[in-house]
Amino acid sequence: MNDLRNLPGDPLDSVAIRAQFPVLQREIKGHRMAFLDSAASSQKPQRVIDSMSRFYETINANVHRGVYEISEQSTTAVEQARRDIARFIGAADAAEVVFTKNATESLNLVAGSWGRANLGPGDAIVLSMLEHHANIVPWHMLAAEKGFEIRWIPLTDDAQLDLSSLDTLLDGAKLVGVTAASNVTGTLTPVRRIADAAHQAGAVVCVDACQFVPHSRCDVEELGADFLAFSGHKMCGPTGIGVLWGRRTLLEEMPPFLGGGSMIRDVRLDGFTANEIPHKFEAGTPPIAEIIGLGEAVAFLEELGMDNVLAHEQAMSAYAFRTLTERFGERLTIHGPAEPGQRAGVMSFALGDVHPHDVSQILDEHGVAVRAGHHCAKPLMKELGVGATARASWYLYNTPDDVDALADALDATAEFFL
Amino acid sequence: MAGLEDLYREIILDHYRSPRHRGQLDTPPAVKAEGFNPLCGDEVVVYLAVDDGVVTDVAIDGQGCSISQSSASMMSAAIKGRSVDEVRALVGSFKQMMSSHETELSGDDDDAPTETADSPDLGDLAALQGVVKFPVRIKCATLSWNTLVHALDEATA
Repeated sequence: MNDLRNLPGDPLDSVAIRAQFPVLQREIKGHRMAFLDSAASSQKPQRVIDSMSRFYETINANVHRGVYEISEQSTTAVEQARRDIARFIGAADAAEVVFTKNATESLNLVAGSWGRANLGPGDAIVLSMLEHHANIVPWHMLAAEKGFEIRWIPLTDDAQLDLSSLDTLLDGAKLVGVTAASNVTGTLTPVRRIADAAHQAGAVVCVDACQFVPHSRCDVEELGADFLAFSGHKMCGPTGIGVLWGRRTLLEEMPPFLGGGSMIRDVRLDGFTANEIPHKFEAGTPPIAEIIGLGEAVAFLEELGMDNVLAHEQAMSAYAFRTLTERFGERLTIHGPAEPGQRAGVMSFALGDVHPHDVSQILDEHGVAVRAGHHCAKPLMKELGVGATARASWYLYNTPDDVDALADALDATAEFFL
Repeated sequence: MAGLEDLYREIILDHYRSPRHRGQLDTPPAVKAEGFNPLCGDEVVVYLAVDDGVVTDVAIDGQGCSISQSSASMMSAAIKGRSVDEVRALVGSFKQMMSSHETELSGDDDDAPTETADSPDLGDLAALQGVVKFPVRIKCATLSWNTLVHALDEATA
């Protein structure tokens, strides 16, 4: 692997970082694996895997239950992870960090609890056309039940949010749901500007930060968010753990989402009293090992520095745009903003009229893993005028060699189909 | 190991580049059925004209990958002019070919049969047998056939 190289001036030593990820050492069909699908799920460093094994080997016990030693230790580990994650996203109060299964569940929690309590006929919410289905469908489901209106922030030609009509859209709206970074184009959105306008109009702001928290420094206060949802598995953590951060004042007023153990203070024959936040929203035994794994992932990311991670990804994007444009010219279409600084490390593209499935099939023969499909963003696909795209995404362990492998495999694809 | 030449046979690429019976039919008299692959966004629309128990005309619309679109094109060529019963039997043969991967995957898939006497009625469609070596793509190949079944059901309801 010592033939790999870093980009000149890159603040991350991605060659060394890559060596810490066991899966990336695999060969695929005789090729060094070029894993370019971290936007779907990132790989995990050895230390995250070890932290979860260590939990099971040394302190496995349910949390908030026993007074015996290992139960206290597992409870302490979970609450330490909660504080670490709060600090990582700039939240002053760890009780505002609610553990969920994934960002999808986090967004369903906002719709199913806050939305159900606050939205009714005659109300309106505003969503952007960049949203992932996870920040669309829960609102559709609730709107069908409650009869409120959903308005849409349109897009510019290069798939950025068109905010020219924002004030009109916000008139009378109670909530704005917006992604901080598109999972299709990587477009970084002006969350703060939208949040300021939303707050002016009296709306709360629910940010889908799935593609943002893994890639950029995140400060919920700077963003102006009221709710922020993200998944652990896209940021070097395990699957099965997500986070909803919410403002204490909002979370305290909201009714519980799921009922069961942990979320109650008292249960009587005629009803129940809900626990305090965050436990009010954490019914049942939580994914303890996964919470600990996510805490370890956060420590790993903090050591690297999130500004460095974003700088690395944007340098990779610049390298990829340059390499692919030089190699393929007009045959290659890159969707979304042309300026790497306006993106996280996600690039959706088309090679001539070759269908993305066929592109990714041939890339797979060369050990290059990309995603093909609609990326759970069908409204955005319609705006882009395509049924599907091929998507390459890079993360802290990708090196320019991965982009070179992509370019070579695309050459083979063009030879086959064009 | 399955190679790309198993998946992308020349005849498949030919149907992809020059799809047969591409277009739409007036409904009525024809019936229309739409099929979606929710995972990848592929879409196939089947128009079917059935007269006196015979598929007298067929048209295919939609968009998708080479496998889904060539499968739809080859299907359209195979069913036009055939009786509804014959078409249903063909659907059965095709789906059986596409499901054979389950037994092959548990055995030695390097020796998977391709065009054999097991599928005598399939003709050119047997070229799609290679798809079973790429399990993720089976849904691409079967999309138009599942859509055809809906159209047949509607036409004969």
